Amino acid sequence: MNIDMWQTFKSVFIAIPTGLSITFRYLFRKPVTEQYPKVRPKFEDRYRGLHYLTRYSDGSERCVCCGLCAAACPADCIYMECAETPSGIRYARIYEINELRCIFCGMCEEACPEEAIFLGHEFEFSSGDRDDFIYTKEMLLANYDKIEKERVAKRIKPMIRQERFQFKKPAAPIGH
Amino acid sequence: MLIEVVIILLKVGVIFVALLTTIAYTTYLERKVVAHIQHRIGPNIVGPFGLLQPVADAVKLLFKEEIKPAKADQFFYTIAPMLSFITACMTIAVIPVGNWLEIGGKRIELLISDINIGILYIFAMSSLGVYGIVLAGWSSNSKYSLLGGIRSTAQMISYEVSLGLGIIGVLLLSQTLSVAEIVRQQSGSIFNWYFFKQPIAFFVYFISAIAETNRSPFDLPEAESELVAGYHTEYSGMRFGIFYLSEYANMITVSAIAASLFFGGWNGPILPPVLWFVIKVVIFLFIYVWIRGTLPRFRYDQLMRFGWKVMFPLGLANLIITALILVMKS
Repeated sequence: MNIDMWQTFKSVFIAIPTGLSITFRYLFRKPVTEQYPKVRPKFEDRYRGLHYLTRYSDGSERCVCCGLCAAACPADCIYMECAETPSGIRYARIYEINELRCIFCGMCEEACPEEAIFLGHEFEFSSGDRDDFIYTKEMLLANYDKIEKERVAKRIKPMIRQERFQFKKPAAPIGH
Repeated sequence: MLIEVVIILLKVGVIFVALLTTIAYTTYLERKVVAHIQHRIGPNIVGPFGLLQPVADAVKLLFKEEIKPAKADQFFYTIAPMLSFITACMTIAVIPVGNWLEIGGKRIELLISDINIGILYIFAMSSLGVYGIVLAGWSSNSKYSLLGGIRSTAQMISYEVSLGLGIIGVLLLSQTLSVAEIVRQQSGSIFNWYFFKQPIAFFVYFISAIAETNRSPFDLPEAESELVAGYHTEYSGMRFGIFYLSEYANMITVSAIAASLFFGGWNGPILPPVLWFVIKVVIFLFIYVWIRGTLPRFRYDQLMRFGWKVMFPLGLANLIITALILVMKS
């Protein structure tokens, strides 16, 4: 009996049956496949998808165009131009996010002092045109309206304060 | 006379259609089992549980464009898949799928032809199968096809020897070459199965059969990392499909031979004989797929060494010992 014979003997009676038993056990395990378009994947709450710009309960935008999100953004994908309402409230005249450049790190969300920008769970926003990925303020606000409608329908408590913070007017002008 | 011809044609038709259906659903079985071994689901879109997947595959292959290499040898290029498929299907003719039926006082054997040299016929057909592959490899005029064809030829010729030695172990005991007669000898008890008298012969036969049908882990002719797709690299559309079908047809015939020669063919309690035969064949097909899902491919030198230095001596030793015991008994 030469080496080949002995090695074959070993592999036939030990190695191969072991391997076969492993694959046979695996045969009855639950497959890990996600049937994606049919069954929606489940996300954790912290999942970072498409952005949205929030509103106060009276419908006005929260964003005050401070530029902190744009400053925090490592991918430099946020562009904004500021304006002021006649009553003196700052807002973003133009607010654009290039979703192709965005790396969905969530730094804008963390930087925002006004709780105005968040990353939602939407992840299916593909398109054949690169221009479609420049999300304007209106699109981002519309995204929020959709999410807000779902929240109201599901009776989930809002996670952020809903009313605009009322600054008290100083009683007397500070002398200067 | 006429009725005899009609009966034979009917038998051929029924068995051929059954074989084709089994081929189609073996692909389904393979995809499902391998998928589950790998924690996947496998085909599940077309029809309930994906059961219509083979039909969809066939339709796809039929409607695909056939690309013929301009410098291919047209005649052999065309004839190679046919040769491969026909020889693969012809073997099933001598394998009894069940006991005989009695219809209107006529005894109908459930096999196409009970020729008295059945085993020899099986050997002949499995040898002819090589031609389809080697011609496909040569006529495509492609280096990958040619290398695949050459590998396949060398492999099939080497393992045919041990395949034969495995079967001869049974032949010595049965003293006949008719497959129907061999199956009948195994009726009565499970211990009449030749597997229990010739376990080494079965072992040699089954491993050689896997190599003979070019299945994993011996699927070197189509080692995609080296040879793209082996002998059918240049084939497309239904011609490629035919090669695919013949591979599965070979698997089924080899499983059927294993079931008939070693595991009593249609013999079995309670259930009808045909069902027993089908169950045994399906178990063998499952083992084939199971092995494919488990073992990696051999290297070529390992394959040849295994064939000539392990399987061949083992088969020969088994043959000599069996012969010695038989001589001493008589």
